[in-house]
Amino acid sequence: MADRTAIAAPFTQTAFGRRKERYQRIAQWVFLGMALAMIIPLVSIVAFLIYRAAPSLNWNFLVDIPRHGMRDGGIWPALVGTFYLVGISLAVAAPIGVLAAIYLNEYAGDNWFNRLINLAVINLAGVPSIVHALFGLGAFVYAARFGYSIISASLTLAIMTLPVIIASTREALASVPQSFREACWNVGATRWQTIKAVVLPNSISGILTGVILQVSRAAGETAPIMFTGAVFYKAVQRGDFFPYHLTDQCMALSMHLYTLATQVPDVKESVSYATAVVLLGVVLLVNAGAIALRIWMRNRKRW
Amino acid sequence: MPLPSKTIEIEDLRLAYGVKEVLHGISFDIFRHEIFAVIGPAQSGKTSLLRCLNRTIDFTPNATVNGSIKVDGQDIRRGDIYSLRRKIGMVAPLPVGLPMSIYDNVAFAPRCAGLSQKSRLDDLVEKCLRQAALWDEVKERLLSLGTALSGGQQQRLTIARALSHQPEILCLDEFSIAIDPVTTMRIEDVLKELKKEITIILVTNLTHQARRLADRTLFLWNGEIVELDRTETVFSNNPGSKKTYDYVNGTFG
Repeated sequence: MADRTAIAAPFTQTAFGRRKERYQRIAQWVFLGMALAMIIPLVSIVAFLIYRAAPSLNWNFLVDIPRHGMRDGGIWPALVGTFYLVGISLAVAAPIGVLAAIYLNEYAGDNWFNRLINLAVINLAGVPSIVHALFGLGAFVYAARFGYSIISASLTLAIMTLPVIIASTREALASVPQSFREACWNVGATRWQTIKAVVLPNSISGILTGVILQVSRAAGETAPIMFTGAVFYKAVQRGDFFPYHLTDQCMALSMHLYTLATQVPDVKESVSYATAVVLLGVVLLVNAGAIALRIWMRNRKRW
Repeated sequence: MPLPSKTIEIEDLRLAYGVKEVLHGISFDIFRHEIFAVIGPAQSGKTSLLRCLNRTIDFTPNATVNGSIKVDGQDIRRGDIYSLRRKIGMVAPLPVGLPMSIYDNVAFAPRCAGLSQKSRLDDLVEKCLRQAALWDEVKERLLSLGTALSGGQQQRLTIARALSHQPEILCLDEFSIAIDPVTTMRIEDVLKELKKEITIILVTNLTHQARRLADRTLFLWNGEIVELDRTETVFSNNPGSKKTYDYVNGTFG
């Protein structure tokens, strides 16, 4: 009898084993619950917005200009304005940010000067957008004499997104194993040949994702552009793709939403909700693009 | 018989990482066309020594090198660092297939040196892969990824890459720890063959490997030379130092 229990022992569940099993199940449910809790607000917000916006959501709303003192009509000038602002700010910030990050990660040694740059980048990333707005007002609108304009607003957005682009690009570069670089150096490749042949091809997906995610951030910000170049209303042609000059002021989606919600009395309710849906849609679209790009690039990843 | 000519002359080499000195002023010469083994326990400075040779130590922040290393009579601190690295082939302990095709892995170094003629590249790639005993296994799929090869194949690819810039000195740092004994023996045969043309520095933990291959063996311990002599002497029953005897026979400490 005693012998038999001894033989059965290795696979018999013990009290400790059962307890372990129970904790593991509880842990799993808690984590799952948290993950679901995160989805609920997103889904309900989107559903609520779309439900309220439904009466105004149509093609005409996108391409028409605001009418009746912005109480009706569409959002074309704001939509185009947002594209202008985001496009120009990215065209400025992306090259500077990516190149700076390559310098910091691939070339810079560990000395006080580079540590200072690092510190600056980290701190700049933490500066609130309203402070960036004031900086943009002082630097671009007044000091550089660009006036209240698309160029001032775009540059302000660029300054705001720059540190985050640098940080995410460095992250992507750092994910390339050091052994690859050493293998290249060992055969007499210069740093630049190494970067070109090995580092960039294997980090480009991460770099692009980081840059694209800043698009959504730039599109959603209100404060920096409100101080430097966005206006309540600007008369443009319906469906005109190039209504603005670089030195013009412009409308923008985030600003437009703020205006409708707080400054204009008796707005048709569905109009402001529809504006929010379009803004959200643009941001989600860009994010989805970033994810798709990432998946596509990752499938081509080679180690 | 004339004295063999020196290809590397190291004099009072000191290396420190920050304040911690890891090589305490070592001096020795390496002769042309010999296989020179460096043995010694972990942390004795073997890999650091190699990194000083091709100046990849320069990439390590706060590493300071003192003393002089001459390759073919020229101080390595003068002259072009990239030609120096091409002169010295370096094989790291763990295989590193670069994330590019097998062909590009081998053609990378010559391309970096400015060779772009397709026919010459083709010849060179085939020659190096043959020398590394890999050609027969990969000749059908030169354009597939180097990183998709098995560990042992990647190690031979690494050796092919180290040969691709036609070095005069080949350094192998524990090349056999990631590969099986059969492949190791094949590469050892390759090394014996290569010895006719180039100088080989073999850093190894396998004392038997040093005994099989090396003409001379250096026993490095805690950044100091314990013994440097002909391999037969180092592995004989009475080497110059008791420490050597203990280490080689596995009764160290």
